[in-house]
Amino acid sequence: MTAMLNIKDLRAYYGQVQALHGLSFSLNEGSLTTLLGANGAGKTTTLRAICNMVRSTGAIEFEGKPLSGKSTENVVRLGIAHVPQGRGTFTTMTVEENLQLGAITRNDKKGVVADIERMYEHFPVLKERHTQQAGTLSGGEQQMLAVARALMLRPRLMLLDEPSFGLAPLIVRELFKILGKINREDKVTILVVEQNAQLALELADKAYVIETGRIVMSGSAAEIANNEDVRKSYLGY
Amino acid sequence: MELFINQVLAGIATGAIYACMALAVVMIYQAIDHLNFAQGEMAMFSTFIAWQLMQWGVPYWWAFLLTLAFSFAGGIAIERMLFKPLAKAPVLTNVAGFIALFAIVNSVAGLTWDFTIKQFPTPFGSSPFLGSQLISTHQAGMIGVTVGLLILLYLFFQFTRIGLAMRAAASLPESARLVGINTSWMIALGWGMASAIGAIAGILIAPVVFLEPNMMGGVLIYGFAAAVLGGLTSPLGAVIGGFLVGVFENLAGTYIPGVGNELKLPIALALIITVLVLKPAGLFGRPIVKRV
Repeated sequence: MTAMLNIKDLRAYYGQVQALHGLSFSLNEGSLTTLLGANGAGKTTTLRAICNMVRSTGAIEFEGKPLSGKSTENVVRLGIAHVPQGRGTFTTMTVEENLQLGAITRNDKKGVVADIERMYEHFPVLKERHTQQAGTLSGGEQQMLAVARALMLRPRLMLLDEPSFGLAPLIVRELFKILGKINREDKVTILVVEQNAQLALELADKAYVIETGRIVMSGSAAEIANNEDVRKSYLGY
Repeated sequence: MELFINQVLAGIATGAIYACMALAVVMIYQAIDHLNFAQGEMAMFSTFIAWQLMQWGVPYWWAFLLTLAFSFAGGIAIERMLFKPLAKAPVLTNVAGFIALFAIVNSVAGLTWDFTIKQFPTPFGSSPFLGSQLISTHQAGMIGVTVGLLILLYLFFQFTRIGLAMRAAASLPESARLVGINTSWMIALGWGMASAIGAIAGILIAPVVFLEPNMMGGVLIYGFAAAVLGGLTSPLGAVIGGFLVGVFENLAGTYIPGVGNELKLPIALALIITVLVLKPAGLFGRPIVKRV
């Protein structure tokens, strides 16, 4: 089986500081993969490198095509949606405008209208608030909006950067349930970066563990969840 | 009472021009976080282009439209050649760039068309508007064109896809790129539009202040004042600020003894400083809160 996303020997830099030290991994089409790691391990940098938002070397291939040298917006136009840390909500615009922005590269007007309705089915709270300024939404609602905005692209691959951050446990469970549904029903390949290892491992079918800019462990989510070291370091029991 | 109404209406008419300049300044400020000191000179140059076209026998409204197209393209060209390379440069480098642009445009205009004052035609005439002595037809035309322009801009930004993309790029460039918006071209487009709006302001005010390379100096200061008064983060605020400054300037000149024409400008600026002391983000601006 060929991988949808193939990353080889990825190194990334912030100025003089190197954040990734030769990272390699791959994602299978239709999979739901999680990238685990502590603060500062390089999880966010990995996602940012995929979208060319940070200076990096190495090879990143999406569906056989190299991504290096492409601008962020052109990477996105290939069908890679990125839900950034902090959600990236357009806070001064309405909920509906945020959804329209998610589909700004699409030319099928009818499809966009239908997709907005579909998002309102996935996330009924967004429908209730569709004329409201997005900045007035609660953290959980803004995260739902960020996921919905990313889905409006009709992505082939979705990258999520700590979607659980700052959310109540109940909301996180609800959000992860929706992510699982999107993965199964809409056939969107998902890579989710998480500090909340327990929930992420319940959701994912494959997992990688990253430490100081390198992949130190990989396997099925179940294997990783049962690994002694992972349990001690990330699950806390 | 008639004097009062007359002064208010005249203030609204010049205020319309300040509003256009303020809007042009705010559009570029929103896109690149810098004040374009050369906005007035760009508008003056555009006005000379319109004048030159009319000298060659092009009818007024054709000259108007051609000038807008030229200014739009010129604004984009200036952004691509001068300010795109400076995008990541420090603030002072950008300021130097704006001053250079100011000086270059001013001298090129002076060299090409010399510094003598020229008459600029008005398509509206200068007879009393609808038989009333309160306002001239040209002043009414200034207000009409500006209001029409503002409505068009509002519709563009609220209801078109590219308007939405431009707003997104200005408010959160990184998120905008993540939904696939080419933010760099949105900035260029903002420059083009700002330049065209400035051209409209220049063409409308030229019959009043007469055409010469330094014609926009005072106008731009009022435009800046209007933008700051309304809030540099709010296009609507800038427009309202423009009208307020225009009206206030006229009323101060008329009613405060000893002010007259010479002291109008300092009085208007004093008002603005007062407002800013009380409300630093401007009347309609949003204070920028950064999470740390």
